[in-house]
Amino acid sequence: MAEHRIQLGEQLISCKTDETLLNALLRENVNISYGCQQGVCQSCMMRSLDSPPPSESQHGLTDKLKEQSYFLACRCYPQQAMRIGYRDHTDFVTYGTVSVKQNLNAETILLTLDIDNPFEYYAGQFVNLQRDDGLVRSYSIANNSINRKQLSFHIRRLAGGRFTEWAHEELKLGDRLSVSEPQGLCYYQSGKSEQPLLLIGTGSGLAPLAGIISEALHQGHQGEIHLYHGSRDINGLYWVEEMQQLADTHENFHYSPCVSQGEPASSMLAGRANDLAFKTLSDLKGWRVFLCGHPDMVNNSKRQAYLNGVSLADIYADAFHVASGSLD
Amino acid sequence: MSESLFDQLGGEAAVDAAVDIFYRKVLADTTINRFFDNTNMEEQAGKQKAFLTMAFGGPNNYNGTDMRQAHAKFVKMGLDDSHFDAVAGHLADTLKELDVPQDLIDQVGVIAESTRNDVLGR
Ligand SMILES: Cc1cc2nc3c(=O)[nH]c(=O)nc-3n(C[C@H](O)[C@H](O)[C@H](O)COP(=O)(O)OP(=O)(O)OC[C@H]3O[C@@H](n4cnc5c(N)ncnc54)[C@H](O)[C@@H]3O)c2cc1C
Ligand code: HEM
Ligand code: FES
Repeated sequence: MAEHRIQLGEQLISCKTDETLLNALLRENVNISYGCQQGVCQSCMMRSLDSPPPSESQHGLTDKLKEQSYFLACRCYPQQAMRIGYRDHTDFVTYGTVSVKQNLNAETILLTLDIDNPFEYYAGQFVNLQRDDGLVRSYSIANNSINRKQLSFHIRRLAGGRFTEWAHEELKLGDRLSVSEPQGLCYYQSGKSEQPLLLIGTGSGLAPLAGIISEALHQGHQGEIHLYHGSRDINGLYWVEEMQQLADTHENFHYSPCVSQGEPASSMLAGRANDLAFKTLSDLKGWRVFLCGHPDMVNNSKRQAYLNGVSLADIYADAFHVASGSLD
Repeated sequence: MSESLFDQLGGEAAVDAAVDIFYRKVLADTTINRFFDNTNMEEQAGKQKAFLTMAFGGPNNYNGTDMRQAHAKFVKMGLDDSHFDAVAGHLADTLKELDVPQDLIDQVGVIAESTRNDVLGR
């Protein structure tokens, strides 16, 4: 099998043609941060020092970073020998102190961090959180961008999940976490205030959507806003009363909690959130659509939204890719 | 000198107008949309633009080998003449919707047809 020589500082590493550069580096025990391994969280960003990196490894980076030959190691299958370097700045820009930890439901907690040096972000973006041993995971900001001193997150526990089990069981008030720059393109932009919005989320995918809705209402968004929040069963939903209340007080906000298995409660719909949304709202020409949560739901919904008439530029999505555990 | 097919069709602006209609047809067609699964939609729309530019006789950097490579994994998944005909049909229907004259549609059809063996890896 062909291999390419990768030079990182003094170290020479050989990368097979069918493995990612990130996997090659981890195999050689190079200390590099990473998270999703799906090209989303950008924590594995590196820089090519000689040749332009493969274009698919630059997907999602800003034009400026692309020009400077930054790339994502988890998406890089080297096509030739490369000389690479660490990125010269760390993206962890500040610290946060845990000030609220509450149960939203049996599997999800609300975590609020008081931020040392507040930064600007758009509602709907995510940050990477880092534990002191270096473990990094991405979480969406669940509040609007008006009070920047506090960031809230909805963290859903996965059985055997390293970050989430620790966050649920051990993380306590007063603990500190590193917080990255805000990231991602799934956010609410003011302007086009009459444009109708459709938001579909599964599980903790409600987090960025709640931030976006709060921001849109705060900014006086005029168009209709439809939220479909889905889960397998009732226990996976949360904030049902809060969202219902918001719908009662804002004429243009409509809330549909959906349960795909078992009996839904009286105010809920039976079925998958995305199926119900696209059946009810079959003509989405001119709409803006936000999709967050399970990667399969997000991918299917992107396609369906497009087929229902939404233009690609009006589809905003964050798939909550879970880092695979296969490496250790 | 007569105008090229690409220019007669309206050049890049025509591609932009066509890609949305064409890509929606392809994704909605259950006989072929499995080939378009699991890919990044924005990138894929970009590649459909490359496809249309080529079929419209416009400037492109693809040769027969590239076409073979681009579709090799779909041939492994079972890509055959019926799928090719379906795509060619969507292409013609797209142009009809855009009120392109039939003689130009026929010329586009000839270009698409010329890639058949490469696309199907024969
Ligand atoms: C853009 C983005 C935004 C996100 N936003 C949110 C959010 O707002 N809220 C939220 O809850 N999540 C969010 N996520 C997901 C989040 O980043 C984490 O991936 C998730 O919380 C799981 O982290 P973990 O460390 O607990 O699990 P991991 O330790 O990474 O494990 C993931 C899964 O793999 C399994 N696993 C672990 N090790 C092995 C092994 N050796 N063999 C087989 N299986 C294994 C685990 O059981 C678990 O189910 C987001 C993700 C992205 C990319
Ligand atoms: C009519 C003849 C065809 C031509 C001229 C053509 C042309 C192209 C071109 C130029 C690309 C982009 C290649 C790249 O840059 O990687 C492409 C990609 C692709 N083609 Fe075709 N194609 C044809 C027929 C078909 C058919 C019949 C199918 C399946 C039904 C198909 C499915 C695809 C898919 C799935 C991709 C990849 C999209 C992606 O990677 O996201 N093509 N084609
Ligand atoms: S982008 Fe590479 S690990 Fe997340």
